[in-house]
Amino acid sequence: MNFTQMIIPLNITKTISDWIYSIMPETAASYTIMVVIAVAYLLLFAVAGLYLVLLERKVAAWFQLRIGPNRVGPWGLLQTMADALKLVSKELTSTIKIDKFLYNLAPYFVIVSAFMAMAVFPFSKQFQAFDINIGVFFLIAISSIGVIGILLAGWSSNNKYALIGAMRSGLQTISYELSVGLSILTMVLLTGTLQLSEIVEAQRTGGWLILQGHIPSVIAFMIFMVAGTAETNRAPFDLVEAESELGAGFHTEYSGMKFAYFFLAEFINMFIISSIAVVLFFGGWLSPFGITENIAWFPEVLWFIIKVVGLIFLMMWFRWTFPRLRVDQLLTLEWKYLLPLNLMNIVLMAIVIWLNWTI
Amino acid sequence: MTDQQLQNKIKTEEYFINMGPQHPAAHGVLRLILTIDGEIIKNVEPDLGYIHRSIEKMCERDSYQQIVHLTDRMDYLSSHINNEAVCLAVEKGLEIEVSDRVKVIRTIIDELTRIASHCLWWGVMGMDLGALTSYFYAFRDREMINDIFEETCGARLTMNYNVPGGLMFDIHPNFVKRTKDFIAQFKTKIPEYNRLLTDNVIFHKRTKGVGILTREDAISFGVSGPTARASGFSSDVRKHHPYSAYDRVDFKEILFTEGDTFARYQVRMMELWESISIIEQLIDNIPEGEIKAATKAVIKLPKGEFYQRVETARGELGVYINSAGNKNPYRVKFRSPGFSNLSVLNHISKDVLIGDLVATMASFDFVIPDIDR
Repeated sequence: MNFTQMIIPLNITKTISDWIYSIMPETAASYTIMVVIAVAYLLLFAVAGLYLVLLERKVAAWFQLRIGPNRVGPWGLLQTMADALKLVSKELTSTIKIDKFLYNLAPYFVIVSAFMAMAVFPFSKQFQAFDINIGVFFLIAISSIGVIGILLAGWSSNNKYALIGAMRSGLQTISYELSVGLSILTMVLLTGTLQLSEIVEAQRTGGWLILQGHIPSVIAFMIFMVAGTAETNRAPFDLVEAESELGAGFHTEYSGMKFAYFFLAEFINMFIISSIAVVLFFGGWLSPFGITENIAWFPEVLWFIIKVVGLIFLMMWFRWTFPRLRVDQLLTLEWKYLLPLNLMNIVLMAIVIWLNWTI
Repeated sequence: MTDQQLQNKIKTEEYFINMGPQHPAAHGVLRLILTIDGEIIKNVEPDLGYIHRSIEKMCERDSYQQIVHLTDRMDYLSSHINNEAVCLAVEKGLEIEVSDRVKVIRTIIDELTRIASHCLWWGVMGMDLGALTSYFYAFRDREMINDIFEETCGARLTMNYNVPGGLMFDIHPNFVKRTKDFIAQFKTKIPEYNRLLTDNVIFHKRTKGVGILTREDAISFGVSGPTARASGFSSDVRKHHPYSAYDRVDFKEILFTEGDTFARYQVRMMELWESISIIEQLIDNIPEGEIKAATKAVIKLPKGEFYQRVETARGELGVYINSAGNKNPYRVKFRSPGFSNLSVLNHISKDVLIGDLVATMASFDFVIPDIDR
């Protein structure tokens, strides 16, 4: 890993990094900066995750003719903070005859893989921790690790409901990983690079990729959103924790902070899937039609956040509208419909590029 | 390697899990002992007794007026209809003819109860299938019915509005207006229900062809109510043995022949329209009359057996009273719809997935205190 690739955002961080370099030798300073960035990211995304929980509750309330949390802080803004505080201070209970080591390890697999994926996101031109040249590949690889945590949790809990949930998760994630990967690959054909920042830059001139690649891009986007929702184990693909069938699925036996890790990871994964979609289809931090390109003070990161929240809202819309699929229907959808469609779509995209039909 | 050899090599083992007594899909304290192979259900054994209050035994201790209050707690979603069943049985024994006004009011409230019960069922059905939003839509509309009940009867769920010989008191002056308002509003809401759940493609996939109950099975297991009518078994007590004012209203008995979960769903959804039609026919011409026939303070039924059947939201409820001529009954037995309907669950849930069992159970609309009295 090349530390010089680290791009530190904004002026205040520049001041901090200059100060650290001035008081330490170069190697120590670069390590220190890594740690500082890691801690900053952790805090940032833990809070972001908590506010996504609040957003979900507000959106759910909106769909369900309710008001939603409105007691803790103005508009319930502190509600999830209070919930997190409660979960931190809660006793960690577990059943007897669990596999202690795996049981305790499982939540960390899930949460660490979720946080690691954050490292490569191009929030804006300057705001990206690692701009590695295999960014997309890194994202796919990292997001696959989370399922190991879910499998471990189900296996080690000594609970049959948890085991069924974990096995379903295995089926689901392995199947839908293909669709996620292939639909990303379709878009990579168009850009010719795996580096996330370059993918975004490629959209500065020709317009967003979803417009550049027209029909195959739109198909890829739809497949990506369906498969991405399945990857994050959210409704209508929430078979892993299907509460009317399995209680709470794989995290039935977890309490307190360990449960909170699973819970938070779900929301951060949702953020990750939406972010990938924004980078690959909607021009990342670029403003639509370049409307704020010449406004110097306008933070580009804001566009990124707006787009991501838009897609997250779409995923929440799915969740609060659709009934849940059955496990065999879930697999039929992937292997009989999405995968063949996806393979054909790649060929279609290749033809479109070959004939130079892109916009 | 042949299939047989492969099967010998890869063995699967059956195991059991307890679905309940505390499980989100059990709607109460029903315990199902599932024997499953992977996710495929091999056997479903319902285990009852978690909410047994020995209501039938308590009835032997109480006077006839007091029995009425106990029946609220059986099928709490059709409490008015339960009360009415007991009152009708007692009135049969005393040979009292209640006034037309009582008959019409009882019928209107019966149908309002049925709508409220079906609303709750619709919300919970969506929730069991993973669509949580339907629950809140249903409760919004059910709330209006509960408000009407609260105004007239003083209670929202366990109403106790019936007494042997009539009603406890007259309807509230606002009753007619509010019921009409509700009907007008509810008519616009059923299409909304259909847009949210009925027309959803995932919902169709989850319910069509799932948990098929044939007509023969429905008859031999004594299944009744919407569940039986979805299998083509015409079993509506309101139609075949009319009581109260059902003989003077015009309504259809909804019959489907598929017998699957979706048919049971459709029967209930269309029954909502029938209930609305019944209420509309009666609400404008509630006749004047006594609201309570004169009965003695201590009711003594003549020696003998008395039976009355009514159609609750879940099916046929039978009340059997064996009187020895005293102020309290010698024996009371309730034939509850849920118990018979539950007995067929194992028969139609062999070799299905867990998700299918949940969908089937949701479409049966169990109320556990009704099964386990």
